Amino acid sequence: MKKYFPLFVLPTLLAFAMAFVIPFIMGIYLSFNKFTTVENAKWTGFDNYVRVFGNSDFINALWFTVLFTAVSVITVNVFAFLIALALTKALRGTNIFRTIFFMPNLIGGIVLGYIWNLIINGVLSYFGVDISYSAKYGFWGLVILTNWQLIGYMMVIYIAGLQNIPKDLNEAAEIDGATRGQALRHVTIPMLMPSVTICTFLTLTNSFKLFDQNLALTAGAPARKTAMLALDIYNTFYGRAGWQGVGQAKAVIFFIIVAMIAFIQLKFTGSKEVES
Amino acid sequence: MTAGKKFGGTVIFILMIILSAIFLFPIFIVFINSFKTKFSIMGSPFRLPTSETFAGFENYVTGIKSAGIGGAFLRSLFITVFSVLIIALLCSMTAWYLVRVKNKFTKILYSMFVFSMIVPFQMVMYTMTYVVTKIKFNNPVGIIFVYLGFGAGLSVFMLSGFIKSVPVDLEEAAEIDGCTPVQTFFRIVFPILKPTVITVTILNAMWIWNDYLLPYLILGTQNKTLPVAIQIAMQGAYGSVNWGGFMAMLVLAIVPIIIFYLFSQKYIIEGVIAGAVKG
Repeated sequence: MKKYFPLFVLPTLLAFAMAFVIPFIMGIYLSFNKFTTVENAKWTGFDNYVRVFGNSDFINALWFTVLFTAVSVITVNVFAFLIALALTKALRGTNIFRTIFFMPNLIGGIVLGYIWNLIINGVLSYFGVDISYSAKYGFWGLVILTNWQLIGYMMVIYIAGLQNIPKDLNEAAEIDGATRGQALRHVTIPMLMPSVTICTFLTLTNSFKLFDQNLALTAGAPARKTAMLALDIYNTFYGRAGWQGVGQAKAVIFFIIVAMIAFIQLKFTGSKEVES
Repeated sequence: MTAGKKFGGTVIFILMIILSAIFLFPIFIVFINSFKTKFSIMGSPFRLPTSETFAGFENYVTGIKSAGIGGAFLRSLFITVFSVLIIALLCSMTAWYLVRVKNKFTKILYSMFVFSMIVPFQMVMYTMTYVVTKIKFNNPVGIIFVYLGFGAGLSVFMLSGFIKSVPVDLEEAAEIDGCTPVQTFFRIVFPILKPTVITVTILNAMWIWNDYLLPYLILGTQNKTLPVAIQIAMQGAYGSVNWGGFMAMLVLAIVPIIIFYLFSQKYIIEGVIAGAVKG
C-alpha cells in the first residue's frame, strides 16, 4: 500500500502546500520584512510589530472584537439554551420551529450583513440617522446579526445534548421532590456541560474571526471605529501602500490569539471528557 | 397533565410563534423590497408595495442584466459542486492512507492538516494570493484546487476520525482475495465512509457557496462569484446603488440555499452537529 502515496496523498498534499503550507511559512517570514510585493521584501526585524502598536487602529479593533465577542457569546448561548429547552418540552410544531430558527445560519456573511444593513438603517431612519452615525449602532447591529445567525446553530447542539440526558434522572429528581428550577440547576445543566463547552467555543471563535458580516454591515464606519481585527488586518494590507508588512505582523498576532483560544478549548474539552 | 402545565405549554407555544415571526421577518422584508421600485426602498423598507411603488419583476431583470448575476450564479455553482466532489474523493483517499500507513511522515502530515484548522484565513491570505497567482491557478478551475488545499484540514481530520473506528479486518480480507489498494478503497472503504463523506460535503458546500474573501482575492472582479458580485454591486457603486436590483440579487442568493435546506434538512442538521462536536 505504501507505494500508492503518489495516488492517494500527493494531489491533496500539493494543493495543501500551495494554499496553506508555503503561504504560512512565507507569512511568518514576511512579518519581519518591509515590502510592497512579495518580491521586494527587506528584512527589518521586529519593526513591523512595533508599528502595529504605533497607532490606535489595532488596539481599537482588538478592544471592539473582545467586547463584541463577550456580548455575543453570552447572548447567543442564553437564547439558544432557552429555545432548546422550550422545544424539547414536547410542543406542537417543534420541527417547524427548529427549521425556522436554524435557517439564517445557512445564509452567507455578506448577504446577512446587507439584510441587516437594510433593516437597521430602516429603523434608524425614523430617528434621522443611519448605522454609520455612531459606533454604538454598529456594535449592537453586529450583536443582533450574530444572534440571528448563530442562535439556531447552537440551539440544534443544545437540543441534541438535552435529548441525550436520560429521562429517569429528571424523574428521580421529581420523585425526590425537586422543583422544576432545582431539577434544571442540579440535573439538566450539569449534564449539559459538554454541549455548553462546545457552543461557547464555537460562538467564541466565530465571533472573534468575523469578517464578511463586519464588512457588509458597517465596513468599519464611522472612521474605522467598528472594524474588528480581521477587517483591520484586511484594511492594513490592501488599504495603505507600504503597510503590507504591518498587516502581516497583525495577522501573525491574530493567529497567535486564535491558536491560544483553540489550545484552551482543547484543554477544556479534554478534561471534561475524562470526567464523564 | 395538570392545568398549570397545559397553560405553560400554551404560553411557550405562543412565544415560539412570535419568535419565529421575528426570525423570518428580515428575509420577508428583503423579499418584499425586491418587488418595489428602486427609490421606494431606502428610508421606508418596512412599507408594503403600493400600486405606485410595485415594480413587478423589473428588479430581477435589471439585477440579472446589469450586475452579471446570472454568470456569477453559474460560476458559484460550478466552483462549489466541483470543489466539494474533489475534496470528498481526494481527502477520503488521503485520510485512509494516513490512518493505515503508520510512519513518522504520515504522522507529521496528519498533524499539519489538524494544525491548519486553527489558522485564521487572514494569516495566509496575502501570501496565498501571491503563490496562487504566480502559478496561474487564479481562475475558476484553479480555485477548485485552492479549496481542496483549504478544505483538506477539516475534511482529513473528520474522515480520519471515522476510519480509525473501522476495523481493518475487512480490508485485509479484500487484500488476501487479491484486491489492489485502489480496488479495496473504492469497493470497501469509500462505501463505509459514506455518512462522514456526506457530513464533510455539506460543511464544505455551505462554506464554499457563501465564501467571499478567497474568491475576491483570487478571481477578482472579472470572474466574480455570487457573494463577490453582491459586495461589488454595493461597494463599487459609490452612492448610486440600484436598491431594487440589489434586493433582487439578495433574494437570488438566498432562495437556492433555502430550497436546498428544506429538501436535505435532516442531513444538514446532523452534519452540523457532527462537525461541531469534532471540529
